[in-house]
Amino acid sequence: MKISIQRESIVKYEVEDGDKTLLSVLNEIKKTQDSSLTYASGCRSGVCGSCSMRVNGKEVLACSYKVKNKDHIEPLKNVPVIRDLVVDMDKAYGFNKTAKAWQTEISNGVLLSPENEKINELQSDCILCGSCYSACPVYSVNAEFLGPFSLTRVWKYVSDKRENEEKEKIDTIQTNGVWDCTLCNECTIVCPQEISSKSDIEKLRSKSAMAGYSDPNFASSFGGGFGFDGSPSF
Amino acid sequence: MLNNKTDVLIIGAGGAGLVAALNAKAQGVNVKVITKEYPTRSQTCMAQGGINAALGNVGEDSIEAHIANTLKSAHGIANEEAINLLCSEAPSAVEWLDSIGVCFSRTKESKIAQRMLGGASAPRACYAQDYTGLKILHTLYDRCLAEEIEILSERFLLEIQTESESVQGVSVLNIRTGEIELYSTSSVIIATGGYSRIYDKYSTNSTASTGDGIMVAMDAGARISDMEFVQFHPTALKNSAILISESARGAGGYLLNSKGERFTNELAPRDEVSRAINNEIAKGEEIFLDIRHLGEEFIDEELPQERKLAKLYENVDPVYDLIPIKPVAHYTMGGIEVDKDSQTCIKGLFAAGECANHRVHGANRLGGNSLLELIVFGKQAGESAAKYAKEITDINLIKKTSALENIEYFTNEIDFYQVREDLGELFYKDVGISRDANSLEAALKEVDGFLNNITKMGVEDKSKIYNTNLIEFLEFKNSLSLSRLILLSAISRKESRGAHHRSDFENEDENYASHTIIDKNGVVS
Repeated sequence: MKISIQRESIVKYEVEDGDKTLLSVLNEIKKTQDSSLTYASGCRSGVCGSCSMRVNGKEVLACSYKVKNKDHIEPLKNVPVIRDLVVDMDKAYGFNKTAKAWQTEISNGVLLSPENEKINELQSDCILCGSCYSACPVYSVNAEFLGPFSLTRVWKYVSDKRENEEKEKIDTIQTNGVWDCTLCNECTIVCPQEISSKSDIEKLRSKSAMAGYSDPNFASSFGGGFGFDGSPSF
Repeated sequence: MLNNKTDVLIIGAGGAGLVAALNAKAQGVNVKVITKEYPTRSQTCMAQGGINAALGNVGEDSIEAHIANTLKSAHGIANEEAINLLCSEAPSAVEWLDSIGVCFSRTKESKIAQRMLGGASAPRACYAQDYTGLKILHTLYDRCLAEEIEILSERFLLEIQTESESVQGVSVLNIRTGEIELYSTSSVIIATGGYSRIYDKYSTNSTASTGDGIMVAMDAGARISDMEFVQFHPTALKNSAILISESARGAGGYLLNSKGERFTNELAPRDEVSRAINNEIAKGEEIFLDIRHLGEEFIDEELPQERKLAKLYENVDPVYDLIPIKPVAHYTMGGIEVDKDSQTCIKGLFAAGECANHRVHGANRLGGNSLLELIVFGKQAGESAAKYAKEITDINLIKKTSALENIEYFTNEIDFYQVREDLGELFYKDVGISRDANSLEAALKEVDGFLNNITKMGVEDKSKIYNTNLIEFLEFKNSLSLSRLILLSAISRKESRGAHHRSDFENEDENYASHTIIDKNGVVS
């Protein structure tokens, strides 16, 4: 089969047919055809987040995607390309810091029930692969938008019984944060861990409303407000 | 060349590196972490089963039992004092992880859930579904952000510079720019992981587990030990060598041969189970893991990752199908020799995690004890390095390095990717679950041949920017050098003990109840 890879220009490669992951095909090309082909990889089992890239416009982990004839491979969007399929994730990682995505204080003796744990079980599966930033149309026009994975991470901590400075966490994500999202759901569609940052952002909006914040886009015209489930109420 | 100065410089941003950083920082010193990847991409994220601590949350347990199980599995070559520390610190290690926000699975009584792993007398492994390492690593990273710890990504360790057997600094290759950077520092903590990738496609590990830190530490004068002890995990997926957690057997999963018969105690320590599987395979059997009887609900709740991996990489659904498996290299017990403060024989050089040998695993590590060692000895290394750094009033800035100087003259007549693959095949066959004098000597001859040809290998890609061809060659060079040391150690141990099984010396021999130590000159004692 043939695949094409966006490097400095588009390069086509002929590879053997078979039920193979994209990562194993890239490895094969690097070993046998072109040692300069550049991509990142690590665990090859979908948990380290190194090999996120795009196939035919959609974000995937190369280690988890099975290659098809005529696939077109590109680096992630909305992020500086260092070389070929390798991008510089420092800025996206930096949003976790801007968003203060951590537990404010060391907790002491807080007991969590299975229900407490379930609240953010899925969110704590995030592997920071950055697919969500690549797919996010808001981030593509607002480079300071905190973005999907960091807001999911804030939800992870805010929703945790061990966090006792909820207000401060909510305060931090009002600017370039929860209200900037258009709820388009692109982040959910591309997440390899099936996390929905969109719904985490909705839940954070609900918490924000309870903390006295309102949607700056709606507040003046509609009176705004959100139900307890996070859905807008008009 | 950049030059900076720190008190504690940590190489590696997996569990051990980040725990060391947090604990060093807490002592009020200046800390910097350097990693060849990003801080959440290390091997730690692949740990599935759990972290051991005798909490007794779901069944009676005691620290004494944890110590006894660990000692037994170590087969007589462990430091009892170190094991005592590991096991008695375990409950507070888990408590600390809980206090910073790790999302452990919980029992109905709102306690941290625990489960059974091989070689344990009680359900002792605290877990977070089968994403335990991932959730611990990411929470540690978040904590490092909170504590404003500086982490520099994508920099490859080249050398540790010393003066009068004291650490002066390190040189690293900035992978993004291709420039060499120098970092002067009072102390260095090596936390770079193990060397299982020598087995190439016969390893569960990340492609980054190439033993870089061990080789560089040895070049700097540190001693290494017990390199012949390589743990083979019984259940990796047959085609991809991707790990299926021991917790699948802990929960009641069976091992079956082609006839559908069980043939071993699935919950024995890994060395025993891997040997039993190997013997069946030698008889022509195919081996399967069967967890169908655990049911879909249980599998989705407790082992969601295993189901996902089996479906994706083996095209089987464990809820309905048998999982084809084989044992592959998973963890390396050998590593950098350290003392009771995690310090090497070089002053100011510390090590923690899989790259270090704290002598707690001996000849065979217990499942659930590796995440534990990251926390307990990461802390020890961080605190010790900080204490050491505080006593250093002045260091000379390092100014130059000769690392990498020769590589550009390597001729690239021989494709190292092919040699890397050949080395993996050779090691799995001849330095694998079972070895003997003939296979080891033959392997040594081959490895010496590869080493003699190293200058005929090299890189084809001459780009400075993000040259993975160069990085992979440097990693391979480290692995190849280490593979010789594994062989020398394995040849010298004429007995079977734990993971080191010699078919020509089937029994444990009292005369070998000691550690295999290698110094800078390659002398084994």
